[in-house]
Amino acid sequence: MARARLRERGSTNKGTKMAENSKGVQRPLSPHLQIYRWHIPMLTSILTRVTGNALIVSTFLVVWWLIAAATSEAYFDLANGILTSWIGDIVMTLSLLGVWYHFLAGLRHLYYDAGKGMDIPTAEKLGWACLIGSVVLTVLTIIVI
Amino acid sequence: MRYLTARKRAEGKGASHTGTEHHWSMQVSAVGLALIVPTFLYIFGKALGSDYATVTETFSHPIPAIVTALVLVFGLKHFNRGFEMMAQDYLRGSQLKAAIMFMTAFTYGLAATGLFALAKLAL
Repeated sequence: MARARLRERGSTNKGTKMAENSKGVQRPLSPHLQIYRWHIPMLTSILTRVTGNALIVSTFLVVWWLIAAATSEAYFDLANGILTSWIGDIVMTLSLLGVWYHFLAGLRHLYYDAGKGMDIPTAEKLGWACLIGSVVLTVLTIIVI
Repeated sequence: MRYLTARKRAEGKGASHTGTEHHWSMQVSAVGLALIVPTFLYIFGKALGSDYATVTETFSHPIPAIVTALVLVFGLKHFNRGFEMMAQDYLRGSQLKAAIMFMTAFTYGLAATGLFALAKLAL
């Protein structure tokens, strides 16, 4: 059935020709941040990308700390000292917040991918859940460790 | 007249030219990471700031070493593919290709470095 319908459409529309013509056309780059009013689903979506990409800095620091521990006690003390200095504490706490945020936002993405929670009131609630949840989980983690 | 059906022409295409393979890979690694990242945070959080003897002791145990290795390898794989998505939104042509190549080399290098450190600590 579906295949027959596809074949029918293929013979009538000019999709292929249009696709060939549009090659090399200058298309706008996404996203058009300056056009839209900020809202929760937009903010939380952007934060997912920001946290995910920023976590490379945290990963780099963790690997550096591991390689320092594998090298010598003196080098470990240096790396460990920097990561637990006040600036290190700020970076690691922000990393923790970033991990938890990306964790919750990722779960939300999987939920969206299942075709659920796409209506605006639910999407806004899920956005708030990610924002508040990540702060709560960060505080809990700091208490536990 | 073309004898290919519309379905045949559409298959494996889409904006990515690879269909949903990239998205599926992100979903699979996301689920895997969601399972191990909380454990990793606990292990790493406890170890960070401890003295040298405690840290080398911690990572000589199988679970901390294996969980950390998994988080590094699959976390960086997930990162690399996520970065690719971002690069595709903001860059084009040679710049896009160069960014993807650079980040792939960087993440593989970082994962290999982390694995080397873990192997040295664990064995």
